[in-house]
Amino acid sequence: MSNVGIVIVSHSPLVAEGTADMVRQMVGDEVPLAWCGGNGHGGLGTSVEAIMGAIEKAWSEAGVAILVDLGGAETNSEMAVEMIGEPRSHKIVVCNAPIVEGAVMAATESSGGASLKEVVATAHELSPS
Amino acid sequence: MAAADFSRLIAAAADTIAAHAEELTALDQAIGDGDHGLNMKRGFEAVRAEADAFSAKPLPEALKAVGTKLVMTVGGASGPLFGTLFMALGKDLPAAPDRDGLTAAFGKAIEAVAARGKSQVGQKTMLDVLQPVYEALAQGKTAGEIADAADKAAEATVPMKALRGRASFLGERSIGHMDAGARSTALLVRAVAEAIEGN
Repeated sequence: MSNVGIVIVSHSPLVAEGTADMVRQMVGDEVPLAWCGGNGHGGLGTSVEAIMGAIEKAWSEAGVAILVDLGGAETNSEMAVEMIGEPRSHKIVVCNAPIVEGAVMAATESSGGASLKEVVATAHELSPS
Repeated sequence: MAAADFSRLIAAAADTIAAHAEELTALDQAIGDGDHGLNMKRGFEAVRAEADAFSAKPLPEALKAVGTKLVMTVGGASGPLFGTLFMALGKDLPAAPDRDGLTAAFGKAIEAVAARGKSQVGQKTMLDVLQPVYEALAQGKTAGEIADAADKAAEATVPMKALRGRASFLGERSIGHMDAGARSTALLVRAVAEAIEGN
């Protein structure tokens, strides 16, 4: 698969799965996509182990863009990228973008064969700053 | 460090977290999402369960193993933050550290935690305890004095306004509550200091 992979990480499995549903319906199946949510013990939260699993599932040689919701999801995603380690960690980016809009826009960009850099830039455009 | 000694440090850390889990959760309920005590307890019990295997490793490897286990089991943002503290300590600590070696490695570990949390001292976080502990280490203070400095530093987070983490959403309303991560850091520092002192 040469399209950039998209990983969705929310504190809530329902939010993550719902976001993934929207991506699938709006963008189709050619983009590698995975999601995770919840702390692994039935509560809200994020799990480094689950994020690493989602990155594996959505892995693409073109790279992976991760969309997150609140702070802990970002911290845990950065930890997961670090634990996956080099050289693959260089091809994984945690995006600064709203999770739903970011995932849909990033996946749309990816489905057209854009590079990781282009996919991430598209997601970042959604973020005010 | 002998395996039995490291095992004793793990037990001391896990004991204090277990004994204060409800207090930590209450602190976190006031200004966070209320899962800190439970999360930390789960993580340190997971470390305790592998204490024998971890203690058999050289000290730097043992610390990295503790950090990795915390990352995988604590959850929330505390997992990566406390995990990074131990992993970074292990990365920079010599196998048989003296005070200077420990101080230097501790300083590096604080930098790693600050980078992981994109935070700095004065934002009502665990860093507000780690930094005074580092200074006490550097000044050659005794284990007891270091533990006291940690407690005092945790208390000093009460009037601070949170600028990082979930508590920062509350802005001014975070003032008047102790930061849960600062409290758990102080508990760990005291437990480890007293266990080492007891040698």
